Amino acid sequence: MENKGLNKVDLIFEKIEPKEVLIKAFKMSSAEIIQNMLDSGLKGRGGAGFPTGLKWKYTAAEKSSEKYIVCNADEGEPGTFKDREILERVSDKVHGGMAIAGKAIGAKMGIVYLRGEYRYMLPKLMIELDSFHKMIKEIGYDFNIEYRMGSGAYICGEESALFESIEGKRGEPRNKPPYPTVSGVFDKPTSINNVETLVTAMMIIQHGAKNFTQYGTKDSRGSKVFSVSGDTPTPGIFELELGMTVQQFVNVFGDGDTKAVQVGGASGFCVPRKKFAETIIGFEGVPTGGSMKLFNSSRSMYNLLHNYLDFFTEESCGQCTPCRVGCQQLLKGVEKVKKGEAKSTYLNELMKLADSMKIAAKCGLGQSVGNAFKSIVGNFREEIIY
Amino acid sequence: MINLLINYQKVSVQEGTTVLAAARKLKLNIPTLCNHDDLCVAGNCRVCLVEQKGARTLIASCATPVLQGMEIHTNTLKVRNARKHVVELLLSEHRADCTKCYKNQNCELQSLANDFAFGDHVFLDLVEDHKYNIDRSSPSFIKDDSKCIRCQRCVRTCSELQYVSAIAVANKGAHQKISSFHDRPMSQVVCTNCGQCVNRCPTGALVEKTYIDQVWDAIYDPDKHVVVQTAPAVRVALGEDLGYDPGERVTGKMVNALRQLGFSSVLDTDFSADLTIMEEGTELLLRLKKAMVDGDKKVSLPMFTSCSPGWIKFIEHKYPEFLPNLSTCKSPQQMFGALAKTYYAKKRNIDPSKIVSVSIMPCTAKKFEADRPEMRASGFKDVDYVLTTRELAVMIKQAGIDFRNIEEAKYDSIMGDSTGAGVIFGATGGVMEAALRTAYEIVTGREVPFRNLNITPVRGMDGVKEATIKIEGCVDAWKFLEGAELKVAIAHGLVNANKIMKLVREGKAPYHFIEIMACPGGCIGGGGQPIPTNMQIRKNRMKAIYAEDEHMVLRKSHENPEVIAIYKEFLEKPNSHKSHELLHTHYVERDNY
Repeated sequence: MENKGLNKVDLIFEKIEPKEVLIKAFKMSSAEIIQNMLDSGLKGRGGAGFPTGLKWKYTAAEKSSEKYIVCNADEGEPGTFKDREILERVSDKVHGGMAIAGKAIGAKMGIVYLRGEYRYMLPKLMIELDSFHKMIKEIGYDFNIEYRMGSGAYICGEESALFESIEGKRGEPRNKPPYPTVSGVFDKPTSINNVETLVTAMMIIQHGAKNFTQYGTKDSRGSKVFSVSGDTPTPGIFELELGMTVQQFVNVFGDGDTKAVQVGGASGFCVPRKKFAETIIGFEGVPTGGSMKLFNSSRSMYNLLHNYLDFFTEESCGQCTPCRVGCQQLLKGVEKVKKGEAKSTYLNELMKLADSMKIAAKCGLGQSVGNAFKSIVGNFREEIIY
Repeated sequence: MINLLINYQKVSVQEGTTVLAAARKLKLNIPTLCNHDDLCVAGNCRVCLVEQKGARTLIASCATPVLQGMEIHTNTLKVRNARKHVVELLLSEHRADCTKCYKNQNCELQSLANDFAFGDHVFLDLVEDHKYNIDRSSPSFIKDDSKCIRCQRCVRTCSELQYVSAIAVANKGAHQKISSFHDRPMSQVVCTNCGQCVNRCPTGALVEKTYIDQVWDAIYDPDKHVVVQTAPAVRVALGEDLGYDPGERVTGKMVNALRQLGFSSVLDTDFSADLTIMEEGTELLLRLKKAMVDGDKKVSLPMFTSCSPGWIKFIEHKYPEFLPNLSTCKSPQQMFGALAKTYYAKKRNIDPSKIVSVSIMPCTAKKFEADRPEMRASGFKDVDYVLTTRELAVMIKQAGIDFRNIEEAKYDSIMGDSTGAGVIFGATGGVMEAALRTAYEIVTGREVPFRNLNITPVRGMDGVKEATIKIEGCVDAWKFLEGAELKVAIAHGLVNANKIMKLVREGKAPYHFIEIMACPGGCIGGGGQPIPTNMQIRKNRMKAIYAEDEHMVLRKSHENPEVIAIYKEFLEKPNSHKSHELLHTHYVERDNY
């Protein structure tokens, strides 16, 4: 497996002159921009990792006079706080990335869906948005961005639930197909991208796809912003080249007693110490939207699992059976096992249920509950039982 | 055409077809739950999952359109395990007191459990974790959240078919539930009691409020004289709950069964439907006269029909400024009730306080209507108990009547005679057709100019129908209508009613008379009709209604001998003082929030 080691990078937060990059982008054709993205190998930074170039290509191919770029800034994954930092420090690159994406797919309208808890950032963002609109006008380009606020529901980070929320409806995921590229917000072709993805896209235009591909591995190109938290002497935001192992990560960020790392938040995977060395952080190993939580031996993995299940039981939209009821069953089930009210073998039934949820739930939320459950119960079974 | 493989069998279907529909074409049964032919796709119960070759997850066959070259498997181990899990999860949040449940043996969850989740259940009972509420506040139905499995059929029904949205999804995750405005009792929200949700609920979470025991008590009370009336749409649907295919006419058997149940007198709402035509038709002609001859600008036109209590409550909430446009006529049920304890009591020499009046209705809103304070013109509650078609079927089963093999019987008199015009009240457009058959003849002295009296433009399942009838050759009394074009419209399902009402509000409705029925298809698709009800079943029942009409000797309301008699003996003439006292009513403005 390709291993790049741990390398700190400073691209995302690098101060640039966005006007120059935008002028460069607007001179390119839609197809050229998309080709750059395809060549760069950029995959979505929200966690799911869909190739950005393909998403733009599909949306560009739709015939519609009205299309949208939606920036998903509903950063709700537990342990993820990198989009906040990006928006606080380089919102000009977020807005710029949206304009470039707009050029690529043929959209004149962008919407930033901002996490409800980030409302405090809005006054500053509005000022920065004003300057962006002025700059775009100076360039002589037509692209407009609006902000819409979330209200605190985790599920609204799921793309189609996010659209429903923007449309003023209850935040519930839609059936797919149709995919957003065909019918997204207001039923128009939409490319929805994570905050970091849009910034990265702008950098790719600035530096060229070839430069970008020097970073990372075959499956995980480029660098990525990580939100490091938990039992670490150095919590915070770090931009790292993709392609390191969990061991290499722990060597730098651990406190010397790390027993597990939860990669990708509540919907991600728990990597136990014995698998640190063999696990690559990236799409070939364990992917993450940025959340890296370290746990040392003082932590109860039962409590951790309970916390996650409690979270999902609360944050499921409740629409589909596997997620609404499955989460409750997993939560109540581990409680019963812990109390000795159910046999430890009941965990086997719950593991099967988690498998079913993975393939039966309607959206990514319900499908990923099993990730944390299976990796924690699978690796720390004793802690759940005793 | 899209070609795909399902369980290795080739099938070609139109683009846009769902995998579920494609499988059904191959006669492959994929179980469903949240899916309903009348409603938009939800894809939320996940019972209909199938495996698509190459896909990361299973797919909901009800929600997934077919793709060229798709390969589907409906019965793999993966699918079976997931489906079993889904059904068991649903059961774990459902209070399964099946033997006590009104829906026992007519419950879609129960039949799924039968097929997929028999034996010991793996999962923990979650019902105890929730503080569930049983809402008995509506006179029409009971909402028991502990039996709700959140399929949202009711929610979709209420918004898509009825434009009411009395119920909606509230909260999320484990606390998600189907709730009303601010969690208020159903009797205190904008709900029309139409029961369409009840008809579509796959479990016992929404059921009609039943009055079967009260009716049995009355029947067995030696002091009581229990009269029963049967609505037109019941006779073409009751059979479905008793082993017949949809669309079978069981009028005679139903009458016999009612007699065997012990009702003192088995009478027909069709009689009062005919009476309604006399009253409402006259009212329309008088309004037209006031407008056209007297130049009265205040006459409220178009006039709306008032037979459907769901529609009445809808307009009271949503368009109260148009209440004067409603015909003041009571519905046939309530006309019958008022006469049962006056005219009937007098003729039969029975103390009206001893009369218990029961009606068999395709409707749950009728239960609410019977409870309205305005409906006591006889000095008593005009209709004491309203049973749905389904409740009657239960009573027939309880009594051990071999429905298929009993003889046919005829209605009692008085108030048992009917015409084909009364029968067709049960289908959308029927009131309009019946009214036109009579009004045209009053005005011109001739039959309506349609072959065999079948006014086809007002028939059928289109949501909104319109027709124009030119009035020519008027008799002297109605000369002012000579050459006039009577414009009528018909809507069924409140979502269609709302379309018309919007036009009326905007002043863009050129009609004189509008028939509105709250339920899709009219009463044949009523909320109290057998479950399931869907478009095909409604069509079959509608066909049966028109067949019933064609088989009648008399097909015009004004020819009903008992109607002629009641005017002679009791009411004098349509819209007389006595009529107004007993057969007409008023409406109340209600909040819309």
